[in-house]
Amino acid sequence: MKKALLILIAALAFAVSAQASEGGIPWDKAPNKQNDTAALQHGAKLFVNYCLNCHSASYMRFNRLKDIGLTEQQIKDNLLFTTEKVGETMKAAIDPRQAKDWFGGNPPDLSVIARSRSAEGKGTGADYLYTYLRTYYPDDTKATGWNNLAFPNVAMPHVLWQLQGQRVPVFEKVEEHGEEVQSFKGWKQITPGTLSSEAYDEAIGDLVNYLQWMAEPAQSIRVQVGVWVMLFLLVLVTFTWRLNAAFWKDVK
Amino acid sequence: MLVLVIQIVTGIFLVMNYKPDAATAFASVEYIMRDVPGGWIIRYMHSTGASAFFIVVYLHMFRGLLYGSYRKPRELVWIFGCAIFLCLMAEAFMGYLLPWGQMSYWGAQVIVNLFSAIPFVGPDLALLIRGDYVVGDATLNRFFSFHVIAVPLVLLGLVVAHLLALHDVGSNNPDGVEIKGPNAPRDSAGHPLDGIPFHPYYTVHDIFGVSVFLMVFSAIIFFAPEFGGYFLEYNNFIPADPLKTPLHIAPVWYFTPFYSMLRAITSEMMYALIACVAAGTLFGVLKAKLPLVLRGAVGVAGVVVIAMMLSIDAKFWGVVVMGGAVIILFFLPWLDKSPVKSIRYRPDWHKYLYAVFVVFFMILAYLGVQPPSPTGERVSQVGTLFYFGFFILMPWWSQLGEPKQVPARVTFAAH
Repeated sequence: MKKALLILIAALAFAVSAQASEGGIPWDKAPNKQNDTAALQHGAKLFVNYCLNCHSASYMRFNRLKDIGLTEQQIKDNLLFTTEKVGETMKAAIDPRQAKDWFGGNPPDLSVIARSRSAEGKGTGADYLYTYLRTYYPDDTKATGWNNLAFPNVAMPHVLWQLQGQRVPVFEKVEEHGEEVQSFKGWKQITPGTLSSEAYDEAIGDLVNYLQWMAEPAQSIRVQVGVWVMLFLLVLVTFTWRLNAAFWKDVK
Repeated sequence: MLVLVIQIVTGIFLVMNYKPDAATAFASVEYIMRDVPGGWIIRYMHSTGASAFFIVVYLHMFRGLLYGSYRKPRELVWIFGCAIFLCLMAEAFMGYLLPWGQMSYWGAQVIVNLFSAIPFVGPDLALLIRGDYVVGDATLNRFFSFHVIAVPLVLLGLVVAHLLALHDVGSNNPDGVEIKGPNAPRDSAGHPLDGIPFHPYYTVHDIFGVSVFLMVFSAIIFFAPEFGGYFLEYNNFIPADPLKTPLHIAPVWYFTPFYSMLRAITSEMMYALIACVAAGTLFGVLKAKLPLVLRGAVGVAGVVVIAMMLSIDAKFWGVVVMGGAVIILFFLPWLDKSPVKSIRYRPDWHKYLYAVFVVFFMILAYLGVQPPSPTGERVSQVGTLFYFGFFILMPWWSQLGEPKQVPARVTFAAH
């Protein structure tokens, strides 16, 4: 039986190692700020100011922002641009028909975007978004004048370019399996943005963490409840284990 | 049993807030996740419960396989069990369409299209199932109806039948000894000496088992409800879009072994299958100890099957293989000719054979999640042949080797 188990483990190990990564640039690891209320609030502000013009988050209600420490009055005063009522969902300001004319398609709803973009072997949806929002570069061949390393030929222009400034990717030629391949080396800043490179990454980190929170607003309560449930079950398992042993000790 | 109850109870509450309408289904699931108080936990219990159901069912079936629990006199128990498994697959498949995400939609599209591979009636049958020319609102409505009413009713009935059949013959044990047989030792009151009353022994045993299960189950619900994209697929967080086909469509993990078998049947693979059928027919005609008429019938049937295999598309045979992989389980009680029931007293190499079977089953499951690749295709073809070889050749190999002596009484080491 031991041998059989070993074979099983070896087969599983083989299966795991065989997972090949797909093309595209590797994703950077997004910072985790789920417990940082200030960062989440900053992210919400960026989201409402930059994203919500074109993208809806139609499953997300404004007053749910109370969960990240905002009061109803704060939400009303600072974040309501597209609606009057704080109980409304986040609807984009843009007219869908115009959006289709301008970008060739409707900007996707962002309510659960952070959950849908995860990919096995590449990272979480937050990692993707964190990479994507930081890898725009000017490209004259595109209708919007922008292109992206994480999402080549993307239809969305670089909305945050004033913050980041313009950067171009630097490639170098690398020999790989006897062929010359372009390998991404780094960025060259052409025009400065209003934020420094570090501050921009910080801001995107906040925004991405907000998106991640918005994708599942119940996630922090889920983990909190989970800890208590696990503690209770641990006690329960101990008791039922001993109870079982007590009853079975006279079975021969 | 517990998982079935969890699924039914959480299902009842989900239906209170779910809308079976192509335009609002996805939104209503997100509404449950966000605006319904406690909705998220009910939904995660239901989605994790689906996977948990298959885990416990696969484990339960594997235990039955190891200890020969399907053997006489428990054939009926096993057959009801297989019917439950089949029902469960239908239930899970239809339930998976309901969140109306991309993977729900395209998964259903792929599977329903399989029916159209059946010669003559296929396209009409697929149309009947979908209620439309593509998967759409009509499909969602009928799947919802099946998922919440029809299949659960059948499933409950089968579970009752499974238990009644079990009560008639009693449970097996890892030794494969009949403790209530005519020659089994009994005490003066006529109770079997090797038996213990269900209560309190098995009630406390099961309470312990249930609490361990709940621990694993809760760990997933609270800390990893998506389970790395296996229990809730990432693509299913994008609403269904009939105009955008995802790059890679994979069923949920519990269907993937069978999905791999479907993908393994290419037109090349057909030649291997034809060779197998031809070899089987030749063997039947020349070697089998059967009357002449039956041997002739085997020969004719073999030739007819080969002719059909040459004339009908490989896609159809893929569907046949996928269905056959489940159906063949029903015949297990009559395929196993080993003189002993339990793996404990089988020859040692039988154990390795079962281990290889499990490894192949897991490899097939893994390959079903992955995008198709030439190597994967070859491996899954070998796996498919092994899976069927394991069952079809069982009457032959299960008799080989010297079984060990089965004790007259149940052995028990206190633990």
